[in-house]
Amino acid sequence: MSHRLSGNEAVAYAMKQINPDVMGAFPITPSTEIPEYFADYVANGEVNTEYVAVESEHSSMSVCIAAQAAGARSVCATSSCGLALMYELLYVAASCRLPITLACVNRALSGPININHDYSDSMGARDSGWIQIYAENNQEAYDNFLMAMPIGETPNVRLPVMACMDGFITSHAVENIELLETDAVRRFIGEYNPEHYLLKKENPLAVGPYDISPYYMEHKVLEAEAMKAAKARILEVAAAFEKISGRHYGLFEEYRMEDAELALVLMGSTAGTAKAAIDKLREDGVKAGLVKIRVFRPFPGEELARALAGTRAVAVMDKSEGFSANGGPLFAETCGALYGLKERPHLIDIVYGLGGRDVRVEDIEKVFGRLANIAATGETGPVYVHMGQRSREEIA
Amino acid sequence: MKTVFKKPESLTDAQFHYCPGCTHGIIHRLIAECVDEMNIRESTIGICPVGCSVLAYDYFNFDMLEAAHGRAPAIAAAIKRLLPDRTLFTYQGDGDLASIGMGEILHASVRGEKICVFFINNTVYGMTGGQMAPTTLLGQVTTTSPYGRSKDNEGYPAKMAEILAQNEGSAYICRTAVNDPPNVMKTKKAIKKALQTQAKGLGFSMVEILSTCPTNWGLNPLDSMKWLEDNMIPYYPLGELKVKEDR
Ligand SMILES: Cc1ncc(C[n+]2csc(CCOP(=O)(O)OP(=O)(O)O)c2C)c(N)n1
Ligand code: SF4
Ligand SMILES: [Mg+2]
Repeated sequence: MSHRLSGNEAVAYAMKQINPDVMGAFPITPSTEIPEYFADYVANGEVNTEYVAVESEHSSMSVCIAAQAAGARSVCATSSCGLALMYELLYVAASCRLPITLACVNRALSGPININHDYSDSMGARDSGWIQIYAENNQEAYDNFLMAMPIGETPNVRLPVMACMDGFITSHAVENIELLETDAVRRFIGEYNPEHYLLKKENPLAVGPYDISPYYMEHKVLEAEAMKAAKARILEVAAAFEKISGRHYGLFEEYRMEDAELALVLMGSTAGTAKAAIDKLREDGVKAGLVKIRVFRPFPGEELARALAGTRAVAVMDKSEGFSANGGPLFAETCGALYGLKERPHLIDIVYGLGGRDVRVEDIEKVFGRLANIAATGETGPVYVHMGQRSREEIA
Repeated sequence: MKTVFKKPESLTDAQFHYCPGCTHGIIHRLIAECVDEMNIRESTIGICPVGCSVLAYDYFNFDMLEAAHGRAPAIAAAIKRLLPDRTLFTYQGDGDLASIGMGEILHASVRGEKICVFFINNTVYGMTGGQMAPTTLLGQVTTTSPYGRSKDNEGYPAKMAEILAQNEGSAYICRTAVNDPPNVMKTKKAIKKALQTQAKGLGFSMVEILSTCPTNWGLNPLDSMKWLEDNMIPYYPLGELKVKEDR
């Protein structure tokens, strides 16, 4: 089925096809449309979902936690400060091993208040124990949301999943999109039959109790193991999804990387811009390529190292400022991944696009220009720079 | 020449961004007039909410501080305690005050914080596109209650003035509306009385102002005023609910 939908519409439609048991709803730009579209589905009887319109995101995530603990499938959507307000509960959801699915429509975190896109919201939650999958466009936002439950609900994973898309750029822009038939979606998602849940009389259960030091660490290790196991499961689910959709997904997407000497590592919609720049550069004989990170948690470190092993210079493009004084979060992960390589490419970090600052094909070409220079001279120059800002002289 | 009408000094020259017929603008002006008339512009600090009035700092001609969604009372209280000779007010919508900020407002009142709260109740989350708020009336259609709010599912609309009037710490609680000139004048009187309550150090004060959101109600400005009168005032009765006398 070919359609034209915005990213928010596409995800709301995926939710409708899934027909979850519970939605915890609270509005925040730019994710607001998701609970709005869904409210119509509920009111029209198109889904059987219990729709709980609460007073804050702290409560919407609490609703999801409680519902999931009771054996129900729960979903919600949020952005920016909304995700920040959930922060306490994100850790609770993950450590209770409750596979909630959250549509995170990325938006810059206050302050200053800004409603446009960057990853400061979900990057702040990167260590919360949630699987994080990022979409480049509406199609991927829809597909990733459909794959989330089969990934998160698998017994050896049992982790919540954040399906992320770029605020406004993806959430509000209307694009052509292929939708699956609802029957196919239902078969793909299957029934949710958790082994343990509240009010199962054969097996009384306490969820989220106090954990003393002789046990706490073992539980954390189990959570860490689950995150490791998620990697293989994500690929399994992607393979099954390819069978019904014809669309291929990996932990990341490699674009013209076969013989690439200069490469970018980045996430989300900027990949579209980068691909256009790479096509142009390739025509001029520049061996440019791109790795678009799709799965940020679990981080595909070894796989990324293999993908970048043949390159000479790599620019990581971070669309969030980590304030680590040592580069952004994607840069830190990529550095860590490459450390094990015997021969490492030169590596720089370019922080860009904060609060929705636009990035154009020419900007990406400039980054490749810098990489070409690094590869030619062997001089890395400044490693951690900000692109497209006016407060200081531009180095990138 | 005699001046018969002028913009209060407490308003800047910036043009309001509010939708046509939105009553946020009227209320801004009333607050500004009261601050001018009481001659306290130099010592007034306002706290902006998150909501349609998030840019209120562009319109008020005195210091303003931006709060996170719902947290304005905590911020106002902190400044008031540190600078007790200043006049502190928060300007909050019903989403900001009665939903996400329910905790802050209750506790500011429980503690008897000597601040003024101007609470703009338009029964919806205006800024995010008209979703159901705790103040949405029964049967009212919003983007998250497409067939109207139902008491069985979403409960009854919160009466914030009545709730806060119960607290000992509340010194002045009043509900007004801005649907017609007499009510606008009463609203101004209430705003001034709240500011005077603070000046006298009597405790917490709040004026709940029934307001309109023509855009999200799907009504023109005039019909919105009528809708307020016909639907909101019967459920949210106007008048003073608590007046603590001078010590
Ligand atoms: C933590 C958090 N959650 C959600 C939002 C999104 N949000 C912005 S304004 C708003 C509602 C504002 O409604 P109200 O206070 O009634 O003000 P109005 O726009 O109606 O004047 C919401 C939910 C936010 N900014 N921060
Ligand atoms: S959306 Fe409603 S509250 Fe906001 S400015 Fe417009 S009319 Fe006023
Ligand atoms: Mg409102």
